Amino acid sequence: MIEQFFFYMFAIVAVVTAVLVISVRNPVHSAFYLIVCFLQVAAIFILLRSPFLAAVQVFIYVGAIMVLFLFAVLVLDIGREQFREHFHGQTVTALAALLALFVVMGILLVSGKITAPLGPFDEPALMKNTEVIGKSLYTSYIFPFEIVSILLLIALIGAVVLVMRGQGKESKD
Amino acid sequence: MPDTSTILEFILIIVKAGAIAMVLFGLPLPLTWLERKIAGHIQVRLGPWRVGPHGLLQPFADMIKLLMKEDIIPYKADKFLFVIAPLLAMVPAFAVFAAIPFGEKVLIPGLDYELTLYLSDMNVGILYILAMSGLGIYGIILGGWASNSKYSLLGGLRSSAQMISYEIAVSFAVIGVVMLSNSLSLLDIVRAQGGNLLHWNFLYLPVGPVWFFIFIIGSTAEINRIPFDLPEDEGTLAAGFHTEYSGMKFAFFMLAEYIAMVTVSVLAVILFFGGWNAPFSIPFPIPPIFWFVGKVAFFIYLFMWVRFTLPRYRYDQLMNIGWKILLPLSLVTVLVTGLMRLYL
Repeated sequence: MIEQFFFYMFAIVAVVTAVLVISVRNPVHSAFYLIVCFLQVAAIFILLRSPFLAAVQVFIYVGAIMVLFLFAVLVLDIGREQFREHFHGQTVTALAALLALFVVMGILLVSGKITAPLGPFDEPALMKNTEVIGKSLYTSYIFPFEIVSILLLIALIGAVVLVMRGQGKESKD
Repeated sequence: MPDTSTILEFILIIVKAGAIAMVLFGLPLPLTWLERKIAGHIQVRLGPWRVGPHGLLQPFADMIKLLMKEDIIPYKADKFLFVIAPLLAMVPAFAVFAAIPFGEKVLIPGLDYELTLYLSDMNVGILYILAMSGLGIYGIILGGWASNSKYSLLGGLRSSAQMISYEIAVSFAVIGVVMLSNSLSLLDIVRAQGGNLLHWNFLYLPVGPVWFFIFIIGSTAEINRIPFDLPEDEGTLAAGFHTEYSGMKFAFFMLAEYIAMVTVSVLAVILFFGGWNAPFSIPFPIPPIFWFVGKVAFFIYLFMWVRFTLPRYRYDQLMNIGWKILLPLSLVTVLVTGLMRLYL
């Protein structure tokens, strides 16, 4: 009962702020609402008995990625400009995609195919899920884990290469 | 209906949270006085002297001044973010203390009730603390931007770059401690350092001291204290991100900064110096909270001492220290710690 109340509170705030992110005209305000939205998602993770994911969500998304977003917005000095065009002519496509998502989710919900089985773990074991996550990441899911690591490494090296190339040109000029 | 013991627990949690919040609100009073007194003694002068004996009432005079001061919102400021920014800086600083333990259980004499000296023993305690203390930065960035002043904006920008650069090294230092004590829970981290001072993480040679120095340097940068206080560099940026703030809004930023200093001192004690464990066995009983408060007080003094001893770094030097020294050093130390845990 109480849990449902909290779920609806977080969910409503999350949806409202998500809409605000794409509808306010000022990019810094957008970033602010996105931060609020991420925090609500973290709170929902806690309701789902997953404190580790919640902490990581706040730590990585809110604590690091959004700081970088804001840094870029401030450095590029688009903070004062107002975005004139909002939806870049994507309104129809976006609405169609949204409708399709609702239809698919509705069908799955009605036919009872969306369930999240706890697997071999009971609720108290899940509350201590840091170990569970660590063990599954490094045993059963080691291959996808390594693939993701390599992808991130490539992105990192790519960024460094792009910056280095830019610097080389400057010195030649 | 929940039974009486659940309701009692619930009330107890609210009382404890209230008590912690009151202590945190009160702490800046003695701390500002101490900071000025220590500054005075280090610079061979008296420090506050006029208001009350030894200037003891100076913080109260300051408080009255801050309350009475006109609260200015600049004409061209972004009103919403300008008003909300001091709160964004302050709330996470308080929220961190939800996961910080001050000791194990104590038995209340007479009532025969065991009181736990922490709000919650989270399974992911240290991650939660890192995440929450990282949020305080938004007050600085958004406040700096919303002021619509070039000094404030530069202060906010510097702050975000500094935070990104040092957060990584600090997190690695914490990972090191987690590797040493096999848990993310702060209680377990302290328990793992029980016994005498040879079990403290600081003395886990050779990596313990390295972790500690990475942590303390990175944290000093994150809480914007000298020698890394570039976001509010008076020499070049007026007062940085809080140039346009006055009255209670300014006081909120100050409050957040002092609480962040206390948080870092508490974390240093819990992670590296055995928390409330006594350094050596003593024949008569001393309450553990005594050791805890004593060690924390030492670190608070250390921060003040450093502030009035070292000059400020230049901005490029700050970036060099973060990316070219602390980060590679922490990566190597993770490797060494891992090998030590495996083969020792």
